[in-house]
Amino acid sequence: MDLKTLTFIVVGLSFALYIGVAIWARAGSTSDFYVAGGGVHPVINGMATAADWMSAASFISMAGLIAFLGYGGSVYLMGWTGGYVLLAVLLAPYLRKFGKFTVPQFIGDRYYSNAARLVAVICLIFISFTYVAGQMRGVGIVFSRFLEVDIVTGLLVGMGLVFFYAVLGGMKGITYTQVAQYCVLIFAYMVPAIFISLNLTGNIFPQLGLGSTVATGEPFLAKLDTVVHDLGFQVYTEGNKSMIDVIAITMALMAGTAGLPHVIVRFFTVPKVKDARSSAGWALVFIAILYTTAPAVGAMARYNLHATMTPGVVSGELFSPESGLSYEARPEWMKRWEATKLIKFEDKNGDGRIQYYNDKSKDADFMAKAEAAGWKGNELTVDRDIMVLANPEIAKLPDWVIALVAAGGIAAALSTAAGLLLVISAAISHDLLKGILTPDMSEKSELLAGRLAAAVAVCVAGYLGYNPPGFVAQVVAFAFGLACASLFPTILLGIFSKKMNKEGAIAGMLTGLFFTFGYILYFKGIFITPMAENIPANWLFGISPEGIGTVGAVLNFLVATVVSKVTAPCPDHIQHLVEDIRTPRGAGAATGH
Amino acid sequence: MTSPGNDSGQAYWKATLGLLTVILVLWFVVSFGFGIILQPALDSIHLGGYPLGFWFAQQGSIYAFLILIFWYAARMNKIDREHDVHED
Repeated sequence: MDLKTLTFIVVGLSFALYIGVAIWARAGSTSDFYVAGGGVHPVINGMATAADWMSAASFISMAGLIAFLGYGGSVYLMGWTGGYVLLAVLLAPYLRKFGKFTVPQFIGDRYYSNAARLVAVICLIFISFTYVAGQMRGVGIVFSRFLEVDIVTGLLVGMGLVFFYAVLGGMKGITYTQVAQYCVLIFAYMVPAIFISLNLTGNIFPQLGLGSTVATGEPFLAKLDTVVHDLGFQVYTEGNKSMIDVIAITMALMAGTAGLPHVIVRFFTVPKVKDARSSAGWALVFIAILYTTAPAVGAMARYNLHATMTPGVVSGELFSPESGLSYEARPEWMKRWEATKLIKFEDKNGDGRIQYYNDKSKDADFMAKAEAAGWKGNELTVDRDIMVLANPEIAKLPDWVIALVAAGGIAAALSTAAGLLLVISAAISHDLLKGILTPDMSEKSELLAGRLAAAVAVCVAGYLGYNPPGFVAQVVAFAFGLACASLFPTILLGIFSKKMNKEGAIAGMLTGLFFTFGYILYFKGIFITPMAENIPANWLFGISPEGIGTVGAVLNFLVATVVSKVTAPCPDHIQHLVEDIRTPRGAGAATGH
Repeated sequence: MTSPGNDSGQAYWKATLGLLTVILVLWFVVSFGFGIILQPALDSIHLGGYPLGFWFAQQGSIYAFLILIFWYAARMNKIDREHDVHED
């Protein structure tokens, strides 16, 4: 059986599984639709949260990012896991006790203001759409690369599937499909990782393999450091960003994670406050399996890539004429991925061999030797996504593993897309319609409105995935930065400061939102041309747009505190509400009122 | 039942904040401390084939986060019961 047929079968089987689960777990009430009836076991919720959280970016791109950034990739590893500590101790249990359906609803009730609720809805929609467009794009890419169907067909199939279980099943359908998707994606991620670790270091656990030795007895990481350094690249285990920027980015990703509405809302689905605490831990267990493996996948893929392209760097004859791989003798997987343009070769010095090195190295000695050897610049461009997508082929694993990676990538994208679409639809039907515009709506029409909103959101997401407004790649910074600067501080103050009033909260949210938005716009120019070059010398305190959410959050806290001191105090009944949120006893099922 | 706002309610909140502070300090130390600020210094120490600072940044901090959350959940359950505000 050829690879394409096999991939169709594996992906098809995974789809059949999701549809089966969705039919079994369809929603009957608004409670089912928004919070899965509030009866989800904490371990199950943890698994669903992990699938919800780990997107196409985590599955496809992160290991590649780490492979090329080395130590610099640590900001993603720490940032995207450390946020769960903040969630578990600062937000999840208290929001669960509050017992409502959505994040804007908490903000609206706590700050006794529909204006605050509306600002929260706007933040939420912006954050979530940014994210979901990337997921649909991921679905389209996996379809077109592995199944060789065009991107529109891929998108339509993905949209149809998400539509089916998100619209019919609501949160309940999504929760149980996400559990199935987690199983598919983690299996697909671990199988190639384990094989590669075994090949390279003889250790079955990639996490330990990364810290063990290669066949010569040399530690693997030391060997990798030597290889990349010899080729003129940044040493793998050392960073190249300023410390303050690394700290700011890590903090923005952590607080951003804790402030992402589609993650927070998952903690509304467990039966008790104590379940919300432990469920955050379970979510991190399931996430950590992938996140502690990713650095091993990245480092090992990077090593394999250099060892394949430049055999001379391993044998110690880097500058000999036979050092680079002969293009004619290139492996099968390279031929296949050249067709997708993810890997490109250009023979600049016409010797028929691949010279893959850093031609912008600042090491004068290295550059002189490269020139003496007749190298005329780097000849290979490698897209970082290839590190996961082509990994099984590079490691010469059987075809079924390759098919599995395709199914895993689609599972990661679909599970996140569904979670995002649900919070968007809930923000529209529950917060905007039921909460603000037409409060006397019946439960039945609210449920219908929720389904319609989800349907519209699927279509918009599909359109954005097909026709990404040039900036999709740049807006990741937006989603996290905005969640970090707007929602996270406001929710936190709502729980930990009894005196915080609506004026303070609204002023703080708007300050965080506009400052962060403005700073990113200034350097990245999303709709306009950037107003300043995006280089460290121009940055405020040396903090890049990726990390600016941290400063936005600090400003939010400061403005909220100052404004709340000079305006009317928070009413007594709200202060009692805050006291009530702080103790677990009496947490009922989540309600819409 | 302990109603919030009275002395016992305040004692409960104080105990909660105390635990929370300890957790957040440890959270900061393992990631921002060992993984970023002290990384260059710790890298001279090795854990197997890992430079220690690099290990904290890409492995150790994640394991520490896990331990912190489960420890927090267990301690909070105990504090809930001690102050009689636990769920049934």
